[in-house]
Amino acid sequence: MPNEEQNNSSGRIAIWFFVGLLLAVYGIIIVVTGLYYLGSPPSHPAVLANLHPEIWWGAVLLAIGLFYVIRFFPRKRL
Amino acid sequence: MSHRLLSVSPVDIAIIVLYFFTVIGIGVYLKRYTKTGEDFFLAGRQMTAWIAGLSFVAANLGSLELMGWAASTYQYGILAAHWYWIGAIPAMLFLGIVMMPFYYISKTHSVPGYLKLRYGEEARVFSAITFGVMTVLMSGVNMYAMALVLHVILGWNIHVSIWISSATVCAYVFLGGLTSAIFNEVIQFFLIWLGALIVAILGLTEVGGWGGLVARIHQNFPGKDYTHMWIDLGSFSSNPMGIQWTGIVFGLGFIISFGYWTTDFLVVQRVLSARNLHSAKMAPIIGSGFKMALPFIVILPGLLALAVLPYHLLPANLAHGAPSYNDVLPLMMGRYLGPGLLGLGITALIAGFMSGMAGNVSAFTTVWTYDIYRALIVKRASDQHYVKVGRWCTIIGVLVSIGTAYFAMQFQSIMDYVQALFSFFVAPLFGTVILGMLWKRATPKAGFWGLLVGTLSSIGMWTWVKFDPAALRYIALSPHAKTMAQDMYQALWSFIICVIVTVAVSMATEPKPKAELVGLVYGATEIPSEGHLPWHKRPIFWAAIVFVILVFLNVVFA
Repeated sequence: MPNEEQNNSSGRIAIWFFVGLLLAVYGIIIVVTGLYYLGSPPSHPAVLANLHPEIWWGAVLLAIGLFYVIRFFPRKRL
Repeated sequence: MSHRLLSVSPVDIAIIVLYFFTVIGIGVYLKRYTKTGEDFFLAGRQMTAWIAGLSFVAANLGSLELMGWAASTYQYGILAAHWYWIGAIPAMLFLGIVMMPFYYISKTHSVPGYLKLRYGEEARVFSAITFGVMTVLMSGVNMYAMALVLHVILGWNIHVSIWISSATVCAYVFLGGLTSAIFNEVIQFFLIWLGALIVAILGLTEVGGWGGLVARIHQNFPGKDYTHMWIDLGSFSSNPMGIQWTGIVFGLGFIISFGYWTTDFLVVQRVLSARNLHSAKMAPIIGSGFKMALPFIVILPGLLALAVLPYHLLPANLAHGAPSYNDVLPLMMGRYLGPGLLGLGITALIAGFMSGMAGNVSAFTTVWTYDIYRALIVKRASDQHYVKVGRWCTIIGVLVSIGTAYFAMQFQSIMDYVQALFSFFVAPLFGTVILGMLWKRATPKAGFWGLLVGTLSSIGMWTWVKFDPAALRYIALSPHAKTMAQDMYQALWSFIICVIVTVAVSMATEPKPKAELVGLVYGATEIPSEGHLPWHKRPIFWAAIVFVILVFLNVVFA
């Protein structure tokens, strides 16, 4: 994947950090939603809802998001 | 609020709202880094190959890519994948390997800017004006499609949707220029993939893989073939698209595709933002890899709809309020995505629309400011003046696009409308640019006249068929040809006419001295060698890999 310096020469935060942040937040929201509906299923469940895609797809988003957040976390320039 | 296709939960709404805040927040953040003209119009020429490459693909992921091609797949089957493979990949590789050095070394800020350097002011102004017209029309189409989706899915008022979405795009492009557009396009790229991929995964799980998908389609549509790409293209009447293989290979694969991917400034601008020539060459190649994979999230949902929906969809003009072809993707999202994931899926659609619209707006802003305003109106002003003009131009461009969106509502088929636009302007432009890059003898007068006559011939053919539909048999060389075939052959003829006129006028007029062609033309430009790079870092190596995969996919799905 991107072989980019943490922040570019102008001190700008790398785009990958923003990508990671948004995906991580989305991942948390979707996993929590999936866990909530595990206890109280919706009245009109989607096809294959029994596979609980919210939980594992949300976890995928969270994992990708955390990778980018940690890898491109803004640090002070020396 | 009125009719709605899907029911969204508060958590879905929260995900959508968070997206809107994020894209505007990025615009606000980037404003402080957007000071000079190069920052605003060319993102400071600081982008890595990955950023430029993802942005290159995302800018093309407008409404047509997601909703339009899923709908076309339901109508035409896997034939729609031609627009992703032969209709995109060879051209993207050609841009990276052959054309990018000339665009990049010439230090042009735009495609019309290249025409100015190569041919002169006349070709530049004509190209800039036609590009401006095409861009705002495209932007309007994007905007209308997005509003339609929000109306169908969420029940939002179509007019409110147009104004809110366009105001958001306007805000972030106004603030951060091309940098902001590119940053948001990278985010949009991830959201589109992650929001749409889950539909394909769950769909394939339901039908039992590719074999199950094909079996179910045959069961639902006996006697029809929706799953082969080439074997039904022997004649115009043997496939639902009404097109023959020559139209796909030469019209789409060569002219329309090369015209769009190598000369449409909307996508080329993303690559020009790369930080060096190597990144600029790699960006389209990286983009082509992802473009080749897009059928998995765009074409596959259309095929899944053919397999799993318990009813048959109709064209929009015959649906009378019932779900139509255009609703395929939202229908599949509603089928598989529960609360939370549905919000992500809808955000993917909105992100696609926004990336396409922002691409149009930022490209329009650059061409208007540099190639029309600075070339014709205020020739000498400070850099800050042009940045200010660019910002205001963003607002004007969005307002004109909104007007165009209302205009687009009058057309029954958005797809045909856009294809017509492509063949008006893009095919002749490709002829002019490619001759300019590869043929030293092409003269300034020839560049202008070839472009003008090629464009007029395209408009002429379209008008001819509009007033006399029977004329299509002469343009597409078959009485069985349909609209899609018209676009392919119209593009092919207009390209050929452009090339003939350019060559003829070149022979009769004086060429430019060789010294003025340095950095612009093959044979007069020293292209930096990549011999010092290890083989796995050379663009040509990765281009070859992508091409081999392309051939493999076409054989597998033939």
